[in-house]
Amino acid sequence: MTAINPKKPVPYSVSGSLRKKLWNSKTLILMCVPAIIYFIAFSYAPLPGIYVAFVNYNYRKGIFGSPFVGLKNFDFVAKSGKLWMLTKNTILFNLVFLLLDNALAVIVAILMKEIQSKSFRKVSQTMMFLPYFISQVLVGLLVFSLLNSDTGFLNVILKGLGAEPLRLYKTGEPWPFIITLVHLWQKTGYNSVVYFAAIMGIDAAVIEASMIDGANGWQKIRYIILPSLRPTIVILLLFALGGIVKGDFGLFWNLVGRNPTLYQKVDIIEMFVYRATVSDFNFSTASAVGLYQSLIGFILVLSVNTIVKKIEPDYSLF
Amino acid sequence: MAKHRDDDMLDSVSKVKLTASDYVIRGIGYVFISLFAIACILPFLIILGTSFETEDNIITYGVTLLPRSFTTAAYELVIKGGTIWSSYLLTIILTLIGTGIGLFICAMTGYALQRRDFPFRNAISFFIYFTSLFQAGLAPYYLLMTQTYHLNNSYLAVLLPLMISSWLIILMKNFAKSVPHELTESGKIDGAGDFKIFMSIVLPMLKPGLATVGLFLALGYWNEWYQSSLFLQNMDVLPLQYRLYKIVNEAQSLKNSVAAQYVTVSNLPTESLKMATAMMTTGPIIFLYPFVQRYFIGGITVGAVKG
Repeated sequence: MTAINPKKPVPYSVSGSLRKKLWNSKTLILMCVPAIIYFIAFSYAPLPGIYVAFVNYNYRKGIFGSPFVGLKNFDFVAKSGKLWMLTKNTILFNLVFLLLDNALAVIVAILMKEIQSKSFRKVSQTMMFLPYFISQVLVGLLVFSLLNSDTGFLNVILKGLGAEPLRLYKTGEPWPFIITLVHLWQKTGYNSVVYFAAIMGIDAAVIEASMIDGANGWQKIRYIILPSLRPTIVILLLFALGGIVKGDFGLFWNLVGRNPTLYQKVDIIEMFVYRATVSDFNFSTASAVGLYQSLIGFILVLSVNTIVKKIEPDYSLF
Repeated sequence: MAKHRDDDMLDSVSKVKLTASDYVIRGIGYVFISLFAIACILPFLIILGTSFETEDNIITYGVTLLPRSFTTAAYELVIKGGTIWSSYLLTIILTLIGTGIGLFICAMTGYALQRRDFPFRNAISFFIYFTSLFQAGLAPYYLLMTQTYHLNNSYLAVLLPLMISSWLIILMKNFAKSVPHELTESGKIDGAGDFKIFMSIVLPMLKPGLATVGLFLALGYWNEWYQSSLFLQNMDVLPLQYRLYKIVNEAQSLKNSVAAQYVTVSNLPTESLKMATAMMTTGPIIFLYPFVQRYFIGGITVGAVKG
């Protein structure tokens, strides 16, 4: 073999071996260069701009010419109670999402396994996958067409039953539930795929043996299918915990983002940052909140990875 | 074992007797899955039905699955307005260029990073992976794109940010791992360089990975509205989904979307126009996704958890 095997000791001095390594792998390095340049340009280059969180940003003076104000931008959002409200909403929504998402995905996957007709299974799987493929803009329009009080589908039915129409776009209270439902509607087809694959991976002989031993349908689920899904569930839940301060921005924004009556009840960190950046051009506040979110997210992912590494080293990210 | 009825032939566990609860669960399965699957497509059918309904009927009776009086007026208006075709062309061009270049870079990088004889693979992998662990956030990114790169009102602001992601490179790396390492070795023995090996030996073997990553990229470009909402606010020709976004959210955009000479503003069929535009911007996806969904499923199961 001509290539260097990194496991074997290389009989050169350290600098010599590095030079030789570089020379031998020059083509492979060059093949990575476009991606490296890309990530420098779009992921690393914005990092110094985080400094805008510590200045009173002035468009003319630029980020690094604007007056330094220390942690004032953080103080401002923290003292108004805004930061706590945003954090609470973001985390609560994500906790509900990750529990219900996985519960429903497991239920769908288990029931899907029970369906014997292949064509029924295929057609229903395809139907459940549709919401995954459409843009969040269309999701916003779909929900509006179902729920608006003038022409919405729900109110057409209510009117038909002689009931009063619901003015859901006039009050914020029901939106936590609506957003959660829409989120489940959109993600379940996709989420159940992983669990369905895991169930299909269970040795058929094990299930058969349990049935010969007289296990009924519920016992089969309780003692064979669920335990064999446990590692997948635990790992997916843990990684979802790592992303618990990141929001499903596209969904929230397209459902309620342009309606202050609605979003005040369900405001999440990303919506606040987006409004502060795009509508208010308040880059310093936006960046302060964004940095706070990034730091918490970073710490969470590192902690989750440490835990995963302990219980299931194969699944750890790094 | 007792022999039972025909449906045993379809049973994965066919030789064992099913208990009553098996049939109960199976029944629940059919009912629940049917209802959920219908719920998943019902909103689309409502949009579709309403897009063929007259504006008067929508105002009077609301949205509908089956139009009371069938009309294609809203579609004619969108088509006559003319500007939707430039949006289509723009979206197709962005999707083709972005997916093409992005796919090539992801494949090249993914292959290099799984080569066990590449001494810098861990360092470069981490360099790329770190970008998904810690981000600068929206405001610094927005300032960089507009003040430093001057990409405000440039289609590059949509084309570039969607081109590569660390997740897609990792996905491609996992696909490339399944190409036997011996092929690379035999290429080396024949005296081929690494790039030659990648292009002529590995790339043809990577087809499932290319299809999966390419489809994720293409879907991302087709459904893009976010970068557009940041950087393309004042452009005349907009990507399809951002066009839909503006028509749904801004009354003025709705008026601008149809040529003024065909309709006076007072009798503009607002609701059916939104529905028709929604169907036209999403149509290609609805027709194509049943044929390509297996690649997405492959992507989910290959790249689900493991980085």
